[in-house]
Amino acid sequence: MVPMALNSRRDAPEPPDFSHLKRLARDQLIYLLEQLPGKKDLFIEADLMSPLDRIANVSTLKQHEVDKLYKLENKPIVSTCDQLCFLIRPRIHSVKWIADIVNTDKAAGRFRRYKIIFSPQKFYACETILEEQGIYGDVSCDEWEFYLLPLDDDLISLELPEFFRDYFLEGDQRWVSTAGKALHLLHSVYGPFSKVYGIGRCAKMTYETWREFVEDGEQRPRQPEVGNVFLIDRDVDFVTSLCSQVVYEGLVDDIFRIKCGCVEFGPEVTSSDKSLKVMLNSSDKVFSEIRNEHFSNVFGFLSQKAKSLQTAYDKRRGMDIQQMKMFVSQELKGLKQDHRLLSLHISACESIMKKKTKQDFQELLKTEHCLLEGFNIRESISYIEEHINRQVSLTESLRLLCLLSLTENGLIPKDYRSLKAQYLQSYGTEHLLTFANLRKLGLLVEQQPGDTITAMENKVGKLVTDKAVGKLTDAFNSLAKKSNFRALSKKLALIPEVDGEYDLCTPRDMAYIFSGAYVPLSCKLVEQVLDRGWTGLEEVTRLLNGNEFAVTAGGSGGEIKTKHDSQRIVFVMFLGGCTFSEISALRFLGRERGYKFIIVTTAITNSARLLESVLDSRV
Amino acid sequence: FRKIELYEMVWNLREGLKDCLIAAAPYGGPIALLKESQRRERSASARPLLEIYSAAGVAMASFPWKSGVVVHIGWTVSDDLLCIQEDGTVLIYDMFGNFRRHFSMGNEVLQNQVIEAKVFHSAYGTGVAIVTGAFRFTLAANIDDLKLRRLPEVPGLQVAPSCWAVLMQDRQTKVVLASGKDLYMLDNTACTLVTPPGIDPQVSSYFQMAASFSYKYLALFTDTGHVWMGTSNLKEKLSEFDTKVRSPPKQMVWCRRPKSQQPSVVLMWDRLLLVAGKCRESIKYPSHCESFLVPELDGVRIVSRSFHEFLHEVPGACEEIFKIASMAPGALLLEAHKEYEKESQKADEYLREIKEQNLLPEAVRQCVEAAGFEHEPETQKILLRASSFGKCFLSNFPPELFVGMCLDLRVLNAVRDYSVGIPLTYSQQYKQMTVQVLIDRLVFRRLYPLAIEICRYLKIPEFQGVSRVLKHWACFKVQQKEDPDDVIACAINQKLGDTAGISYSEIAARAYECGRTELAIKLLEFEPRSGEQVPLLLKMKRSQLALSKAIESGDTDLVYMVVTYLKSEMNRGDFFMTLRNQPVALSLYRQFCKHQEQNTLKDLFNQDDDHQELGNFYVRASYGEGSVKARMAALQNAVDEFNKAKNEFSAKATEEQMKLLRWQCRFQEEFDKPYLDCSLHETVRSLLEDGKHKQAEQLYKDFHIPDKRFWWLKISALAEKEDWEELEKFSKSKKSPIGYLPFVEICVKHHNKYEAKKYVSKVTLEQKVKAHLALGDLEQAVEAAIERRSESDLNLVLSRCIPTTDRALLDKINHARAGVLKK
Repeated sequence: MVPMALNSRRDAPEPPDFSHLKRLARDQLIYLLEQLPGKKDLFIEADLMSPLDRIANVSTLKQHEVDKLYKLENKPIVSTCDQLCFLIRPRIHSVKWIADIVNTDKAAGRFRRYKIIFSPQKFYACETILEEQGIYGDVSCDEWEFYLLPLDDDLISLELPEFFRDYFLEGDQRWVSTAGKALHLLHSVYGPFSKVYGIGRCAKMTYETWREFVEDGEQRPRQPEVGNVFLIDRDVDFVTSLCSQVVYEGLVDDIFRIKCGCVEFGPEVTSSDKSLKVMLNSSDKVFSEIRNEHFSNVFGFLSQKAKSLQTAYDKRRGMDIQQMKMFVSQELKGLKQDHRLLSLHISACESIMKKKTKQDFQELLKTEHCLLEGFNIRESISYIEEHINRQVSLTESLRLLCLLSLTENGLIPKDYRSLKAQYLQSYGTEHLLTFANLRKLGLLVEQQPGDTITAMENKVGKLVTDKAVGKLTDAFNSLAKKSNFRALSKKLALIPEVDGEYDLCTPRDMAYIFSGAYVPLSCKLVEQVLDRGWTGLEEVTRLLNGNEFAVTAGGSGGEIKTKHDSQRIVFVMFLGGCTFSEISALRFLGRERGYKFIIVTTAITNSARLLESVLDSRV
Repeated sequence: FRKIELYEMVWNLREGLKDCLIAAAPYGGPIALLKESQRRERSASARPLLEIYSAAGVAMASFPWKSGVVVHIGWTVSDDLLCIQEDGTVLIYDMFGNFRRHFSMGNEVLQNQVIEAKVFHSAYGTGVAIVTGAFRFTLAANIDDLKLRRLPEVPGLQVAPSCWAVLMQDRQTKVVLASGKDLYMLDNTACTLVTPPGIDPQVSSYFQMAASFSYKYLALFTDTGHVWMGTSNLKEKLSEFDTKVRSPPKQMVWCRRPKSQQPSVVLMWDRLLLVAGKCRESIKYPSHCESFLVPELDGVRIVSRSFHEFLHEVPGACEEIFKIASMAPGALLLEAHKEYEKESQKADEYLREIKEQNLLPEAVRQCVEAAGFEHEPETQKILLRASSFGKCFLSNFPPELFVGMCLDLRVLNAVRDYSVGIPLTYSQQYKQMTVQVLIDRLVFRRLYPLAIEICRYLKIPEFQGVSRVLKHWACFKVQQKEDPDDVIACAINQKLGDTAGISYSEIAARAYECGRTELAIKLLEFEPRSGEQVPLLLKMKRSQLALSKAIESGDTDLVYMVVTYLKSEMNRGDFFMTLRNQPVALSLYRQFCKHQEQNTLKDLFNQDDDHQELGNFYVRASYGEGSVKARMAALQNAVDEFNKAKNEFSAKATEEQMKLLRWQCRFQEEFDKPYLDCSLHETVRSLLEDGKHKQAEQLYKDFHIPDKRFWWLKISALAEKEDWEELEKFSKSKKSPIGYLPFVEICVKHHNKYEAKKYVSKVTLEQKVKAHLALGDLEQAVEAAIERRSESDLNLVLSRCIPTTDRALLDKINHARAGVLKK
């Protein structure tokens, strides 16, 4: 395998040690559990289970007198314990389930102690539910301020998948303060930051909330320890998140779904009848070498690795007893470990190949590339039509429709209607609601006759000048929001000009993550802004609907004279989720430019997750 | 002991202190007077006057007493005046005579009346104890957290106790009382008969009793004229003193410095003041006029018509220095300094004497300490100068002691001034009370400038010092009714600016309490944290403003709080209208309704005439309905709404859904198989798979299913069933709208190459290569590609060739490619 960064460049600095965050979270959880002394059963909200597992395992919980662990569900419980502890996200439905449990106990004349631990924070609405259900006095509430889960050396997640839908679709800003607090936590443990950049309305609000926390707190002048922070809204760049992923880690996520840094390989991969959970992070030596590679290179790499492994094994031949002893005690274990991982990833690859190298996938990619580049649109539309007609996949069809709309600045009415009608025939009329949601988000829209849209823009523009109103017009805004993808693509040179074949082995830009067809807009913005701030990008920000900002947060210290290593550490925070492809692209950029990017995201997303979150599931 | 004159009283009392209820607050607090004449005359017209003076006799308030008969008056720890009435009502006034609030000592009192009451102080705050006409005691340990406790009955008590006192022991409030020759101790649960150790058995009655400031000691005055002094638990006797006076004293109080060995009690009769201590002798002061004793932590204040004096044990340091012919190092240093001032060489001699004994640091310390006990600034100065003089000869004497004393004395002298009138002793009262409390007292007295000066002078952190004073000032300022809102708001903002630790919302809250809502709103404008503004705005019923402030704060919890409040306060229409103008609040509320109140959601959309959303709402609802009938009804509603919204597309789609539902119901009955919840596509496929071609055709026509879709559906259903015959028939029914490649592919997919081959010939030229490839027939594929002379097709075949086995083919392709490229 050829290393990606050939030229001699500055080495990226070491990232800070994020295991502190885990320790903080664990200590606080233990403290909270001890607030309810004695034996207790713990009910955990389903999607907090994996994050909890990364923080405190079962034996730790048992040490603090947790007796049994249950998943919180909407059904009667069987616990016999006198104390019940609930660990939940601040969601209305979970609180209602708990209220049902408590009221059932009450009706049965059973007395227990109840404690709800909200993570990462409690919302007023949750308390209202407790009040409405008449159990406010029966339960005690606490907050487990577990904002950030480090998934890897350079990846931190808030594990809040609903952030996307709540903020961007429903216009519900409740998570903004959560994001602000998360940023504040990073700031107080790893900061201060010297510069903060951002784009998007949510980014701006997050920045403002964070500033308020900083100002409210104690202020000590400290040397900036983290260079830059870049905040970006997911809706600044939908296109990237909707493209098929072809980098190994992204592909694994698309196909097997990585959950909290862990993937479950089914029997078809493990070649046994059991499925196997595997942690995917930089401590997996094999994985860490292929995770950021274009899939076409992965097989070659793996076979080479297999060969070198064989050579290492082969060393045994001709060893004397002493050498053999050394070999067994020192190398064999590592080799075996490598061997195990290698065979696992090879099987995973095979499974991916089976699914993805078929004709269909190639054509799918071809269509995607056509959409990105903007030619053969009619052909692409009929491809999508066929896709829908054959009922290939609900989300895949939707994904292509959205890509088409985003790249074309909306569909012309005739196409929009016919495609929508066909979609409804295939997947059901209830998707009228899905289409309404997509329209609200600006993901899939019908082109309006020219004058209507300007009128709309004017109206919105007037509203935005008023500060208070300005904060709230997202919902309206997206109605008029054009993606302007084509213009942006031209302005930022997102489609690389290639003569001949794009060399995926030694990529020259971030486009390699999409087979050389497209440089992810989100990452390109990060690159440009780190180079020279927003200056010169006025046209781009206008096309992106503005809301960009750049603030020197270093405080009174003035210019930082020495370029510390730590100045090249950059936090990139995605509000609404980011994809593994984007992470790979930023890792590549970091190696090229000597930056260490730390990706902070509200959740890991991909096209399927993004679109599933927009569906209006049948009640 | 010594008596220091604190003030020459500036008050002008016509009748002196005679027949007055008098109360003075400890720690140099104010003095209240209430003419007692009321008790006898009871004429409604002659209302007694309640007067409040500072310790220097400066009038602070005066007003005629209009309420009931007052039994006792006393001050709380925070300088509020308590007036305990006969009927058990306790009225609380501040030191300016403004009524604060009142509470009652219980219903029982109403009948029996209060015959005597006492106000006492403890770590819990200020308490009140009363004894009723039925000789029962009731107490409240802390008037700010009122819990009445009725003490147990004293067995056989037929007359009022001759005297009693409140004690604090083991964190419990107790009452000790005397009745005849018996002493009883009353606590929460029991009444115990007690006997002081070493009491003269001849005693048949106790005239007076007094507990010390700290409740550690108790003094008893007996009918034999003896004063018994001992610990308050009555376990130990300290001393006994024979006053030789048999009449009961008017007042008896402890005069004792903490940690001093000497127990001493001050007794007052009409014309005599007597200090009784451990030794045989007593100190007698003749008194000329009516006086009043105020016990303090470290002495006694004596208030009379014209003077205000302080009586205390001479502190050690002062005694050492000022004792005649004292040879204490401090005294020598003072002497040395005096000589030095006179430019006499004796100074050196004195100094040397101290230095030889290595006592210079001690001497300096003594002088500083003594200065703290002195009342007169002149004496303080002399002592401080002497100590500073001595300090010059010491190289490493820590300066804090001296500097601290200078600072503190300046503060004390300032507050001792006539205009302020808070006489405090340095070493005990001031230290015990702390600067914080002193500043609070100044603030209570509205002496804001002085308080600020002191804060600045002592460099107290802004947060606890200046800002706090300013806040109080502002809170007072807003009560000044005569000034217009603008002026006050402006004045406050000018003074306060952005001082750290100032909460404008607190000040605004005070303004609101005073009924000045407009001013409160103006003040809130200065509050930088919008989150702080919201609760008060809600309280003031400015809910619209509260809502926009909450939204500005970006705190959704706050927004939600306002929304819930609005929901309960407003009628539905207004509530919706308000939300309509605030999208953030609206979306929050919608989120809530989605989970909690589906119908409210509908009303919301109705209010806005948002027919599009209403349509969506009904569509969503239809899928939640169990029965087909209900579903249809919901969908019909949706159609109506979509029509109103002029959304023909959605209306039509919904109508089609209704049509589909009808079909599905029919099929469900006919074939006894579930079709509901299937999309049109799925329904047709299901029919085809079951061989219901006729019904499938019906749907195809009825819904105008595009030919392409129908063909796709049909061939995959047939292939699924491996009904190859039917497939072939279908392929020949008319020209395929999707071409014939799908036929090939679908056969291959179901592993039937034989059938697949049947369709290859029908495949168009462009797709032929793919068809051959699908069949795995590389050679034919190559042929076809060459025939088409298409490079991309050739490449496609190339990619499928395996270099080792397909040598010949590869050559052929490459040859052909070269040929194509040449052209």
